[in-house]
Amino acid sequence: MSAAVNRLLLSGNHAVSYAVKLARPNVIPVYPITPQTPILERITEFQSDGELAAEVITMESEHSAMAAAITASLTGVRVFTATASQGLLLMHEMLHYAAGARAPIVMANVNRTLGSPWGFWPDQTDSLAQRDCGWIQYYCENGQESHDTTLQAFRVAEEVLLPAMVIHEAFYVSHAMEAIELVSQEQVDRYLPPFDPPHRLDPRIGESWGNTVSQIMFQNHRRDMSEAMDRALEAAKLADRQLQRLVGRGHGIMERYRCEGAEFVIATMGSMTGTARDAVDELREEGLPVGLLKIKLFRPFPLEDVREALAGIPKVMVLDRNFSPGLGGILFQELKAALYGMDGAPQIHGYLAGVGGTNISPAAIKEMVCSAMTEKPTANSVWKG
Amino acid sequence: MSYKIEEQKVFNSGHSACPGCSEALALRFILNTLGSDTIAVVPPSCIAIISGPQPLSSMRIPVYQTTLEASAASAAGIKRALVSKGNHHTSVVAIAGDGGTYDIGFQALSGAAERGEDIIYICLDNEGYMNTGSQKSSATPSLAYTTSTPAGKLTPKKNVAEIMAAHKIPYMATATTGYPDDLARKVARAKEIKGGLRFIVVLTPCIDGWGIADKAGPRTSRLAVESGVFPLYEVENGENYTLNHGPSGISVADYVSGQKRFRHLSVGEVDLIQKEVDRNWERLEVKFCSEA
Ligand code: SF4
Repeated sequence: MSAAVNRLLLSGNHAVSYAVKLARPNVIPVYPITPQTPILERITEFQSDGELAAEVITMESEHSAMAAAITASLTGVRVFTATASQGLLLMHEMLHYAAGARAPIVMANVNRTLGSPWGFWPDQTDSLAQRDCGWIQYYCENGQESHDTTLQAFRVAEEVLLPAMVIHEAFYVSHAMEAIELVSQEQVDRYLPPFDPPHRLDPRIGESWGNTVSQIMFQNHRRDMSEAMDRALEAAKLADRQLQRLVGRGHGIMERYRCEGAEFVIATMGSMTGTARDAVDELREEGLPVGLLKIKLFRPFPLEDVREALAGIPKVMVLDRNFSPGLGGILFQELKAALYGMDGAPQIHGYLAGVGGTNISPAAIKEMVCSAMTEKPTANSVWKG
Repeated sequence: MSYKIEEQKVFNSGHSACPGCSEALALRFILNTLGSDTIAVVPPSCIAIISGPQPLSSMRIPVYQTTLEASAASAAGIKRALVSKGNHHTSVVAIAGDGGTYDIGFQALSGAAERGEDIIYICLDNEGYMNTGSQKSSATPSLAYTTSTPAGKLTPKKNVAEIMAAHKIPYMATATTGYPDDLARKVARAKEIKGGLRFIVVLTPCIDGWGIADKAGPRTSRLAVESGVFPLYEVENGENYTLNHGPSGISVADYVSGQKRFRHLSVGEVDLIQKEVDRNWERLEVKFCSEA
């Protein structure tokens, strides 16, 4: 609209911090961990400069940070926190509690390798290991996407009452500087009205949470979460379209890049999408009908959209920067499951590429495409890179 | 120092505690004193069971049941959210057992104390994991039988009162259900002090885990005080110690003789406990003297 474009040179992490400031959360419990720390540092600076009127709680652990985030959210206010890697794992128990309590917390997670051994590199296993906790999960390709998606995540989470994780990778995104177009405060205020839920912890209301339940009550509760996840898929699409209308920029919940007439599609998530995009451009230039499918919304999994996107494609190559020992690449397995039973389902090659943060170049991806084109796919993931 | 407990009907009858449970008694005194403008956090514990299965509740206030480690952090989250909404009047209280306080919940408690979270934290201390059938916690006293220390616990009880006082929190107190008006007065004091974590550890004899008669809870807790096993005192800002009820010539033998968890003890072992209690009291007594 009329709002002047505010473009700043920011790291992916600071792009998130700015989005958080714009979302006006009330409570932010945080604990530092590399490579998330710059998100919290910038937030505490905003708060101490008076630019952000939030209760920032510098917790003694991530477990406590998530515990405080849950109850603050249940008290009826907007809540943000951020973490990475071991910190996310320390929260694991509370992640289930957050979703079970239907607390619409938004959390940034910076993908980093899990110990042991100790490492600091981009690897998505930390957040993918939380896929069954009942959190909405967005995987972002770059800082701009993380900025915009953080705002969308608040909207979706608060609409369906499920917590949401906005995820980007260590260093490649968290610390890389980019020109980021900030959404203006006026636009955000229009996009994201204050969170004011009718059900909350309040002596005037007297509602309680978390007591013991019967088997059937528990099952019904899980079914309600399942319905909320279904609604989250539609809500996420809508939230993206509405932000696009406001700022002229959308990312979708999934992206098909140069898939017209493609006979081979590379599927991936996160920062490797950017590299794969370059590889696709070069392969197309060389006359090969190759396209790209980026999965951005991983939970809820966009099953129908993925089936539709890959219908009629003979071959798909999944690049996984994550590893489930005893199974292989997680996206590979999820895609195979998603396409199960589909008429003329594509052959799927699963490549473990970039696990532990190893650099995968466009040239390496092109080589993988060439070999996949001639080879038969295997049921197991294949180590590459 | 008598204090009148008004019946506010914040705690209902018909809850699911064992008959004669001191925790239920303590809850009644605590909730009556805090009143209805309160939000409680409860971790897994006997209190969680007493508070009732969904959709029932024995407490007429909002209760959030959190995880075993997280009581203090969960309470802090509620308080900060209330403050962010401009509500400075609602009390937020965490009510946890000794396992959830001395052991697994200690990190969150210490963190909240250090940050000066404006919450009340009450530990209902029945000296063991009684809700799971009487296993040892770090609040279990020396030589006591539990199902995980069948030969008697070989190490002394962790002194959580002094550890919390050392955090220099505005208010720390010990209390027990055998002295209800003292307990209620301390809860009222904790409510009245604003800012910072206020901590009260309440000794609550467990009928089942201690092996005492249904009606013996209050008497047992009085013996704990009179024998010097559990002196009742308050500490403000980690420095100002006030004694409320100290030892009054009752021996440890008198205290332990009524409890099945100590019945395997020899005379010599009881004497060892007596010496430990005497030493603890000597260490504590000076702190009151220096204040006088
Ligand atoms: S086990 Fe002990 S503390 Fe728990 S309800 Fe029964 S008597 Fe009370």
